[in-house]
Amino acid sequence: MTGTRPAWLRQLPFTATVLVLSLFGVAMIYSAGVLEVPSPAMQGLWLRQAVILAAAIVGLLILSRVPLRWFEWFAMPVYIVGVAVLAVTLVAGTGVGTAEGVNSFLSIAGFRFQPAEAAKVTTALALALLLARREEPPGYLRDLLTPALLVAVPLGLVLLQPDLGTALAFVGMFFAIIYWARTPWPLILFAASPGLGLLLAFSARVWSVYIILLAVALYLYRFRLYLVESVTVILGNVAAGAVAQPLWNSLAQYQRNRLLVFLDPSLDPRNAGWQLIQSKVAVGSGGLVGKGFTAGTQKRLAFLPEQHTDFIFSVIGEELGFVGTSLLLLLFCHLFLRMIRMAETASAPFAGLFIFGIMGVWLTHVFVNVGMTVGVVPITGIPLPFISYGGSFLLMSWTAAAIVVALASEDP
Amino acid sequence: MSRRRYRHSVLANRARLAVVVLLGILAGVLFRAQVLRATDWLLQSERNRLRPLTVPAPRGIIRDRDGRVLADNIPGYSVSIVPDQPDSMFSTLGRLREHLDLPAGRLEALSQQVRAGGPRPLLVTGDAPFDAVAALVERRSGFPRLLIEPRPKRRYPAGQLGAHVIGYVGEINESELGRPEFEDAEPGWIVGRSGVESHYESLLRGTAGTRYVEVDAAGRIVGSFGGVQGVAADPGEDVDLNLDLELMEWIHQVFPEGMNGAVVALDVETGGVLALYSAPAFDPNVFAGVVDAEEWSRLVGNPESPLYHRAVMGTYAPGSPWKLVTAAIALDLGLVTPDEHMPVPCRGAYTYGNRVARCWDSDGHGSLDLPGAIQHSCNVYFYQLGLRIGLTRMLGVGNRMGFGNRCGIDLPQEAGGIFPESLDFWERRFGYRAQEGEVLSLAIGQGPNDQTPLKMAQFLLAIARDGSAPAPTLYREAVPADGWRLEIRPEHLEEIREGMRRVMEPGGTAHLSSLEHFDLLGKTGTVEHGGEGLEHAWFTGIAGPFGGPPEIVIVAMVEFGGSGSGVAAPLVAKAADFYLRGKHDMLRDTIQTLREYLGAGRNTAWADRREAR
Repeated sequence: MTGTRPAWLRQLPFTATVLVLSLFGVAMIYSAGVLEVPSPAMQGLWLRQAVILAAAIVGLLILSRVPLRWFEWFAMPVYIVGVAVLAVTLVAGTGVGTAEGVNSFLSIAGFRFQPAEAAKVTTALALALLLARREEPPGYLRDLLTPALLVAVPLGLVLLQPDLGTALAFVGMFFAIIYWARTPWPLILFAASPGLGLLLAFSARVWSVYIILLAVALYLYRFRLYLVESVTVILGNVAAGAVAQPLWNSLAQYQRNRLLVFLDPSLDPRNAGWQLIQSKVAVGSGGLVGKGFTAGTQKRLAFLPEQHTDFIFSVIGEELGFVGTSLLLLLFCHLFLRMIRMAETASAPFAGLFIFGIMGVWLTHVFVNVGMTVGVVPITGIPLPFISYGGSFLLMSWTAAAIVVALASEDP
Repeated sequence: MSRRRYRHSVLANRARLAVVVLLGILAGVLFRAQVLRATDWLLQSERNRLRPLTVPAPRGIIRDRDGRVLADNIPGYSVSIVPDQPDSMFSTLGRLREHLDLPAGRLEALSQQVRAGGPRPLLVTGDAPFDAVAALVERRSGFPRLLIEPRPKRRYPAGQLGAHVIGYVGEINESELGRPEFEDAEPGWIVGRSGVESHYESLLRGTAGTRYVEVDAAGRIVGSFGGVQGVAADPGEDVDLNLDLELMEWIHQVFPEGMNGAVVALDVETGGVLALYSAPAFDPNVFAGVVDAEEWSRLVGNPESPLYHRAVMGTYAPGSPWKLVTAAIALDLGLVTPDEHMPVPCRGAYTYGNRVARCWDSDGHGSLDLPGAIQHSCNVYFYQLGLRIGLTRMLGVGNRMGFGNRCGIDLPQEAGGIFPESLDFWERRFGYRAQEGEVLSLAIGQGPNDQTPLKMAQFLLAIARDGSAPAPTLYREAVPADGWRLEIRPEHLEEIREGMRRVMEPGGTAHLSSLEHFDLLGKTGTVEHGGEGLEHAWFTGIAGPFGGPPEIVIVAMVEFGGSGSGVAAPLVAKAADFYLRGKHDMLRDTIQTLREYLGAGRNTAWADRREAR
């Protein structure tokens, strides 16, 4: 460490953005609690969030001073602990509030937290370490096997909770990291192909065309693939296509409805479609400049579901209008571009990989969260980073930010 | 190293592009929703949070022929609870008991509604006393979800007098809500339950207005909304009746104390109903708000049946007044002339086959013409007249006159008369073929023949008029139901009336009920009913000024009254005198009938003069 300036100050464009986003979040949580018929459960949530934010700031000031070596040493142990806690959560976890049916919370000594949030950070650390140790970028599909497994374990545990949104964040993280690990794009596509195959399996004809195209692509790329790998990709896609139907059947009805109403909200206008319709109405009725802070009628009348957590963006859209939403997107854009810059200039490969992983997580969160409030993406319970109410999420986002600052500030 | 740097700067640029594209997509979608299509969504959000509440229209006012109010509206208040958690609704209900009178039965019904749930406000009472409302408004903060709204309340100034005719209102019930005429109605609406209130419901109801309230996502009302103009309620139409409230009051005063029965008075000229009185009655005002179950069961369980509208629903054997019908049928068929005497004079009984049919006077009446037979109510004359008509023709004309049907008065409930529609009646009802001799009983108002006081009054219209009997109507602008008509020559009708006039003259059964100033014609009836107690008392009267056409038809029927001449005749006489004095601008008096003149020691020279006639 050279110079006298602390790491957070050296990364001021990043830390300031994170702080502004978080303060904005507290303000919007306050607004989300201003209801026509006051709900005791919603009162004072902004204050709790503010207290947690204060703790998170202190945490950042400390954690951002930790040298990179320490994170390398601890990456694997905390990954294992993270996975273990996730496993425990599956057995001993409880649902809370709006996520009543999901066993994603763990209570310890009166504190409740979501182990999945911590697992995102620990998994990003482990994955970054794993890929940073490689001399060469992954050249073959089998090079991605270990990283994929590393992510698959916590992802699978999260899916079992079941928490589709958080699982998506792991997927985003995985691809962001292997991308920054300089994996050739055809390999990334092949790795992603079973997921695509799963989605396309709704129609046998579409799926058949897709498999043929995939086979052609594999053939063209044959010089960089072992035969075994090509066969594995095909088999993986066939398997994905085969499990699609049973998997669909195994989904809870509310999950299926969420996917169906994405295609047609009027299918279920009272429940799953209700959320989407109300959210779209709220965002759309905000207009250019919005109805004013705390003055959103949809929100005030409690038309919006989960308006302080997953649907906080609808409140923003309704009350601050397009000016507010586009400014918020600009802030996020600035945050992500700043992170890319930090990854680019980071001295250690581990730092860049981790920063990209976290960026992948947050980008997934932002895209899916904002996308679902306007009907671009199916509704998945996924919060907006730094903005949505949620102690674990805010704390772990700040922890991730602190590590990003620490790693980015590490001198060569 | 430099290679890695280069590679990474390419990757970074691509990543930047990806970030910008992804967030750009979101921004584009937001631009489309918030800028391009904002007005659509704004409209949607307005609709979303506004819910129309119905504002009930004030019901039309019901008045009598002189504009006296029979039913109107006074400001009242309804108290409702905006739906909430059942627990807190129960607690609110419990605390409301301190201010509102909520009987246990009502509370139980409300609790059931709470458990059933629903988005509509729970109507606790549609008629909260003003002081309770004031107390509740003062304690507003203690009752956050209480909805206190002005709501017109029905009032019946005439009280018991109008109970049966005017009817009453009540909260709409489940089965009514399903009916097409209540298509736009909602639970809690006040609708006519009986009487004119029910028959002219569509007229009286008016058109409900709309008021917008703001609601939350659960459909709970959070406040009224001024931004969108509602639609004012269109009050119901007023209904002016032919009734004469003063006459009704008078009838109530002179009706035998403690007895049950009915009085019907019709305007001869129009068939309009001047009075429709039924005793005992009830106070319709108790139905104006939420009906107390105890009060209701007390009314229903009362052995005197105060809810029963005897004037139009009670069917009684017509007895002697029916002899007028027999006479009318014979004249209509041209089978007799008024001055004709029957072949067999009355010796107290008449022998038909192996049957001896008695006259009420065992001394006999001798040989009589039609007016004389009516005056003396001679059974023997009418046995023979009945036989001349014959059973089949008697049934035929009787049914043409509608004695087996309703009059078609503009009321929701009217009982039809019981009168054999054909000879099959006996087979069906009694299991034997009707013999010609059945006509003997029918001719004197006995046998299988029960009529309502209203039906008898309608028949009297035909005698008082030109043989035509329009259907009685309450509403002045009512389109009357089809009436009927007898083909009797005017001078023959006058002979029937002459017989009725003689009833009131010396030697007539109702002489003591004759009036000084008006020409009262009548026919008494004292009818056995097969049950315990005194006979039912009938009197059917026609009255008008001397020398002029009849103006009013009055029928009185007093259950267990004992004597038509003693109980029913004075009642009709006093009612007729009261009405006609009012109509002809004469001072009214409580001393009206000859009996009263005699009792009061007044000059009765007018009665003596009639004796000399």
